[in-house]
Parts: sequence; structure tokens; C-alpha cells
Amino acid sequence: MNLPSLRIEKRLSSPRWLPAASLTVGLLLALVTVAVIFATLGVDPLTAFQRIFRGGFGSFYGLQETVTKSIPLMLAGVGLTLAFRGRMYNIGAEGQFMIGAIFATGIVRLFPTWPGFLLLPAMFVGGFLGGALWASIPALLKTRFRVDETLTSLMLVYVAYEAVKFLVYGPWRGSDTRGFPITDEFPAAAHIPILPGTRVHYVTLLLAIAAAILVYLLLTRTKLGYEIRVTGENPEAARYAGMDYRKVALLVMLISGGLAGLAGMGEVAGIHFRLRPPEALSPGYGFTAIIVAWLARLNPLAAMLTAFLLGGLLVGGDAIQIALNLPAATVQIFNGVILLFVIASELFNQYRLRLER
Amino acid sequence: MTSAKPEHTLAVALRGIVKRFPGVTANDRANLEVRRGEIHALLGENGAGKTSLMNVLYGIYHPDEGEIWVKGRRVTIHSPHDAITLGIGMIHQQFRLVQTHTVLENVILGLRERFFFPEQSARPRILALAEKYGLKVDPDARIWQLSAGEQQRVEILKALYRGVEILIMDEPTSMLTPGEALELLHILRRMTAEGLTVIFITHKLEEVMEVSDRVTVMRAGKSIATLETAQTNVRELAQLMVGRDVLFRLEKKAVTPGAPVLKVENLNVVSDKGLPAVVNLSLEVRAGEILGIAGVSGNGQRELVEAIAGLRPVSGGKILFQGEDVTQTPPRMRIERGIGFVPGERWMALIPSMSVAENMILKNYARPPIGRKVFLDAEAVATHADTLIREYAISTPNRQTPIKRLSGGNIQRALLAREMTERPALLLVAQPTSGLDVGATETIWNLLLEERARGAAVLLISDDLKEAMALSDRLAVLFEGQIMGEFTAQTMDLEKIGLMMAGALRQPTAEPTAGEPA
Ligand SMILES: Nc1ncnc2c1ncn2[C@@H]1O[C@H](COP(=O)(O)OP(=O)(O)OP(=O)(O)O)[C@@H](O)[C@H]1O
Ligand SMILES: [Mg+2]
Repeated sequence: MNLPSLRIEKRLSSPRWLPAASLTVGLLLALVTVAVIFATLGVDPLTAFQRIFRGGFGSFYGLQETVTKSIPLMLAGVGLTLAFRGRMYNIGAEGQFMIGAIFATGIVRLFPTWPGFLLLPAMFVGGFLGGALWASIPALLKTRFRVDETLTSLMLVYVAYEAVKFLVYGPWRGSDTRGFPITDEFPAAAHIPILPGTRVHYVTLLLAIAAAILVYLLLTRTKLGYEIRVTGENPEAARYAGMDYRKVALLVMLISGGLAGLAGMGEVAGIHFRLRPPEALSPGYGFTAIIVAWLARLNPLAAMLTAFLLGGLLVGGDAIQIALNLPAATVQIFNGVILLFVIASELFNQYRLRLER
Repeated sequence: MTSAKPEHTLAVALRGIVKRFPGVTANDRANLEVRRGEIHALLGENGAGKTSLMNVLYGIYHPDEGEIWVKGRRVTIHSPHDAITLGIGMIHQQFRLVQTHTVLENVILGLRERFFFPEQSARPRILALAEKYGLKVDPDARIWQLSAGEQQRVEILKALYRGVEILIMDEPTSMLTPGEALELLHILRRMTAEGLTVIFITHKLEEVMEVSDRVTVMRAGKSIATLETAQTNVRELAQLMVGRDVLFRLEKKAVTPGAPVLKVENLNVVSDKGLPAVVNLSLEVRAGEILGIAGVSGNGQRELVEAIAGLRPVSGGKILFQGEDVTQTPPRMRIERGIGFVPGERWMALIPSMSVAENMILKNYARPPIGRKVFLDAEAVATHADTLIREYAISTPNRQTPIKRLSGGNIQRALLAREMTERPALLLVAQPTSGLDVGATETIWNLLLEERARGAAVLLISDDLKEAMALSDRLAVLFEGQIMGEFTAQTMDLEKIGLMMAGALRQPTAEPTAGEPA
């Protein structure tokens, strides 16, 4: 008997519209999958989607929340586009975010009396350095001892979580926090200015947009960017051309880690005004940033848009969690499904499926 | 069924095939008729559309226009799987084998064999096929252990195992040693004797004459003639192919060699597998001189040039460039000092997904006019690419085209152009004309001779003895990492060279020609 079968074949030619089409199909399939999950939870998927959309984009409050949450996603996501382009699979942006937050807090504690125009820049620099430092560990392990950076960067996330917890439960716990594991509130000089009537700490937003443009220019217009792209596309050719693989690996890790660190700084100085336990600081911004980067097809300019979309998803997800009484992991499932389908759809740019008898 | 009488003798008929790509028409109403049981050569310049036409037949590309007939029936081929079902197999230039698997595993890979221990039922069939066609290969060897010729036999076995009756081979001899090539031709003969049909893409006219029954010549996407091989000759074919007479007139002026540029002393290099690949080797190349290295590939050629380029650690000995010890100098500095390198493995030196323009700056991106402090000068990048495309006649829709989209010969041309335009003091070239058509071969040979006339020292690695002998001022024969003997243009002796390549003869005074004292 001849059953029809599905075959996977490599494409030798691919039309121009293909990447966009496969991405769209991937996203649609992701939606369908999520719809099924909603249905099994006893929630009408259409209602749920509607609420997510309205939650994230349907009101002024929702929109400003979306913009607020897209700031850390954009910073970390832009950094990851750079790292991934250079073939450094940094999946520990979440950890670099945390260390950035710690460094920023540390600077407030060191110079509590500095005026804002000195203190804030110092905190931004500190946040960047903290994240970069954290990312340099997997980078050095990779370039010195060929240890896989995927694993090490991920493991360091949990170390960073513990570091934050140690500080807020221990030496940095505030004096007037009524036992809560948080630091004292930062002095006003250490608050990032906010757009009135919102929670948008716009200085960080502007920094994120600048970062996207700079990373784009770095990749397309500079010698270093060329080295990064060559190394990422064909490491053997990079070696042949005498490019310094270690330099490229280290630099993309430092920059991507630094941007994730900036994101962490932005959260403590623009939202919380203090250091808090990791789960309160981030709903997994550093992990969601991976999706931001892939969804943008590793284009830093497109990452601005995808950060905004995923920010909306976070906000909308929060909204339905409360309204429809869904488990807290709902949004994470949503994100996971999207990432899976986006990466899978990438495959169809190189392969095609065919049904045959 | 309609009366398709004349079709019966035809294994394949392609009628009016048109295949367009953005900016190029790869096939422009091309026709091809291949008879059952013949070896049909497909000949044409680089970019003439041979590979594209065969990709159409093999279901990789879908023609924009035209008909495909197989064994007297009109068919539509959606995919290689369809093609194989119709009995058509294709072996590409790049083998598609899993390096870490055994021969047997590769042969049955992807087939719906028994789930458990499929090897048991497959083994006898594979051995029988190998026996029948003279495909000597150990079914339990791992692919990475095999030479190019052996890997190709695995590819043929794979096709035969799938019941292929029409086998397309894209430039099958371009990476084989002369001995391996000869063996392949024998295998093909045996296959056609058994009623199989072979379509054979090549640039080597002698091969066409030697092995094919008929030959179709393509030019600019069109098929311009199909001839009985017995009724044509090399000159006519070259003329048809290029549209002019190819004379192979080499402008080999007398050049008095200058100072030594490269000196290698007692060099020892280890292969990827950890075995000694270059053993106590010494040689010298002077300015304005071409030193050819002849030898069966896999005798240390790759390791030797990679060590000189700085891409492979040296386990003993010294490399002197322009009198200075560069044994430990990093590759970047060697490039800057003037060592150019065209490796035999092209993709080691190119980035397939990047544009022609971006590939052309791989060596000079860091310095003016291309690189300025931190930035790349986009205008200079464009000018550089356009200049090379023009000067070296690289056929490409434009400089933005991803280099992997170019035809095999044009990829090669682009690579050579990039290395030569740097005006290196020492040029390392491996297989400069493999995959090039006769016209292009002539061009490249003359370019290499121009480099020599300019005063460059050229170290030429070639599996093609004719090429090595035509170009070299001195020719060294490499066998198992050692130089077996050396000849000057006057003393070259084909028989002795052959014996040395096989390791059967060694010159008593196998020492490098003495250079002048520094
Ligand atoms: N996938 C593709 N996309 C765009 N252009 C292509 C593609 N494949 C082939 N071409 C173009 O079609 C033309 C014919 O290419 P083809 O590879 O068929 O030539 P060829 O005769 O095999 O040459 P060679 O001897 O150099 O291998 C070339 O100009 C090539 O650049
Ligand atoms: Mg070809």
C-alpha cells in the first residue's frame, strides 16, 4: 500500500518573499497552538486574544505600559542581535541584566550624595559595565578553553539571581522596608526622569533607540561589523583572512552583555527605584529578548519593533492572567511557543516540505 | 499512448528549457537529447548554464518554460525525489555524504529500509553492486577516511542502490587525481555497457574525446550543437564553446629569477588526523619564478600551503619570507606583508551568503581606501568590486549578488581576482583552474604568468600535470609529504614525474636548487 508521505527537501533557490512568508505562517501556527492551549484551559481563545491585544495596545494605559516594558526588551534584544550575528549564542542576557541592576545600585550606594547629572550617567556606565563583565565570563571561557557559551551564559543567570537575592536579603536590605527583601529607595537624584502620566523612563528609551541605530551602523558600516558578520557566517573564512576570532567573540559578548546590563539599570532606576528580588525586577526580560532578536531576524532596527510587540504581549498577558484567572506561566508558554515556531519557520527558508504519494 | 517512436531510444529529452534567475537567463530555450546507454558529455563555458539545466532535470529547479521527456514520456519533476523515482540520479560537485558515518550507512541513508539492523539486508546488495561495476570501496570505512575518488564512488553506489538508470555527474573529475579520473572513466564505461546512461559535465576536452559517445555544447544558456564525438576534435569543440579559437598560447617570457622570496627549511606539519603530512621538507621560491608542486592530492599539499599561509601550526622547521623568519607570524601579518593564498577548498576563502562586493574586500577591508579608521568606505567597496568584475571578467548580475549564486567558474575567477589584485610578493595557489573552461583556463594561466613577470614568487599546487608542467619554471614532486625530485622546465620528464608521484622513484640529490647566498 502506498501511503502519502511528507518529505523534507533542501531548497537551492528561494524566492525573495519567502522569509517574510515563512515568518508569518510560523506566527499564525504559533497562535493556533496557543489557542489550543487556551481552549484546554477552558478559556475561549478568541476572547483571550482580544483581551491580550486590548490589554497591550487598546488603551492609553496599556500602550504606555507596553512602551515601558519594551525598553528592557529593546536594549537586551538589540544586544543579542549583535551577539547572534557573530555566532556567539549568548542566552544569558537575563543574568547580565541582573548584574547591571546590582552595579547601578552599588553606585547609588557609593555616591548617594552626587547630583543627578553625575549620578545617573555613572549608573548607566555602571550598569553597562556590570552586564559586560558578566558576559565576559562565558566569552573568556569560550575563547580560552573552548567551553560552549550557550551553557555557561545560561548557568550564570542563576548565579546572578542568587547574587541579587543575597544582597537584598542580606547586606543591602533597607532599614525602613518593614522586613521586605528590598533596598532602601534611591535618592531622587538617582531616578531616571519619567514622561508625566506614564511609567515610561524615556531617557532609557532614547538610549535603547540609539543603541539599535548604533549596532546597526556598527554591523553595516564598520570594519569591526564586517569582521563580526564574516566570523558569524563562515568562521573558517574569518580565520583565513586573519581576523581575530577572540576579539570578535569577546566584543560582541561585552556589548550584548553591556546592553542587557543597561536594561537592568533602567529597571532599578526608572521603575523600582531600588533593588528588589529578581522575580520582581524582571518577568524574564533577558529570555524574552532572545525572541525579540530572532523575530527581528537579527536586524537591530527591526528589533525595536519586535521589542514593542513582545512588550505588548507581556502587558496583555498580565491583563488576561488577572481577568481570566489564568496561571502565571501563561505568558511564558505563549513566548515559548512563539520562539519555537519562529525558529522552526527559519528552517523552511532552507528546506521545503512536500506531500507525495 | 501516443506514438512516441523516436523517443524510445532516448533516455532523456529536454525541449526548449528556459530558466531565469533575477538578472540572468541561465537557460535560454536549451535542448538536450540523450540516448539510452550512451555517455553524453555536456560542455560549455563557465556560466553557460550546464549545472542549471541539469538541476532542472533533477528537479531542483523548476523550468519557466519547456518540456522534459524521460524514456519517451513527458514528465514534470518537482523534486530530486521525483527524479530518482524516474530513475534519474545526480552527483554534485560537492559531495553530500555524512562524514562521520560509514559508507554503508551513507548508502542507505534516507531510504525506508528495515528499521532494525538495516545493514544486514543492504550489505549483500551493496557488495554485489560494487562488484558489478568495479566500485572498490570498503563498506565499513568512515567517509572522512576516504579520498575524494573513494567518496565519489560512494555517491555512485548510492545512486545505483536507488535504482538510478540515468546518472548526471557535474564535473566529476575536477577533484580527482589523474589516476582516479581514469578509474572513474572505466567505471562509467562499465555502467553504460550494462545499459545505464550517463550525462557528464566537464571542461576538459580530452576527457570528452576519451569517454563520451556524443557531446552537446552550450553557450550563453543555449545548446548550440550536438555532435558525435568520433566526428569532432578538440579544436572544433573549443571553438564552438568559446566562439573563437583557443590557442593556449602562453606568454611565457624569459624572466630571470630574483632574490628568494620564500624559503622553507626542514618543515614538518601534521594533518587534521594527527599524522605527519609534511616531512622535513625544504624548498625555495624566488621572485619572478613559478615553483610547481606536482603530486597525487592528499600527499601534504594542503598542509604545506596552509602552514606557509600561517593557518596551520608547524611542528618543526622554519619558514622564511623575504629573509625573515615568519614561522610564528600570525596570518594577518603574513597577508599584510604580501602573501596571497588561493586555497584548493574554495569555501574556506569565501563567505557564500555574502555579496560579491563583500567577498572582494576580505583581504583589504582593514586598510585604505576600503577601511578608514573604524569605517568601511561604501563607495570604495563598490568601486573595488566593479573594477575586479570588469578586469577579471567575472560574470555576475551585479556586485550585490550573493557569491554562491555565481557559476562555479565565476566563483573561482572572483577568488583569484581578489588575491591577485593585492599584488602579493608570494602567491600560493592551489588548483587555480579546477572547474574552469578552456577559455578561462587560458586567461588564468596568462594571469599567473603575468604575476611571475611582475616579479611575484608563485607556489603552484596542481593535480593537473599538464598545467603544472606548462606553467612551472621548476617542478617538485611531492609524495607522502616529501619532495621526491625536482625538475627545471628543460629537464621535465613525464615518465620520471609519474614514477615519483607514485613514490617509486626518488632523485638521489633531492635538494632544493641552491639559491644565492643571502
Ligand atoms: N540559484 C541561482 N540564483 C541566481 N542565479 C543563478 C543561480 N544558479 C545559477 N545562476 C546563474 O545562472 C547562470 C548559469 O549558471 P550555471 O551554474 O548553470 O553555469 P555552468 O554552466 O554550470 O557554469 P560552471 O562551468 O562555471 O559551473 C550563471 O550566470 C549563474 O550566475
Ligand atoms: Mg556548473
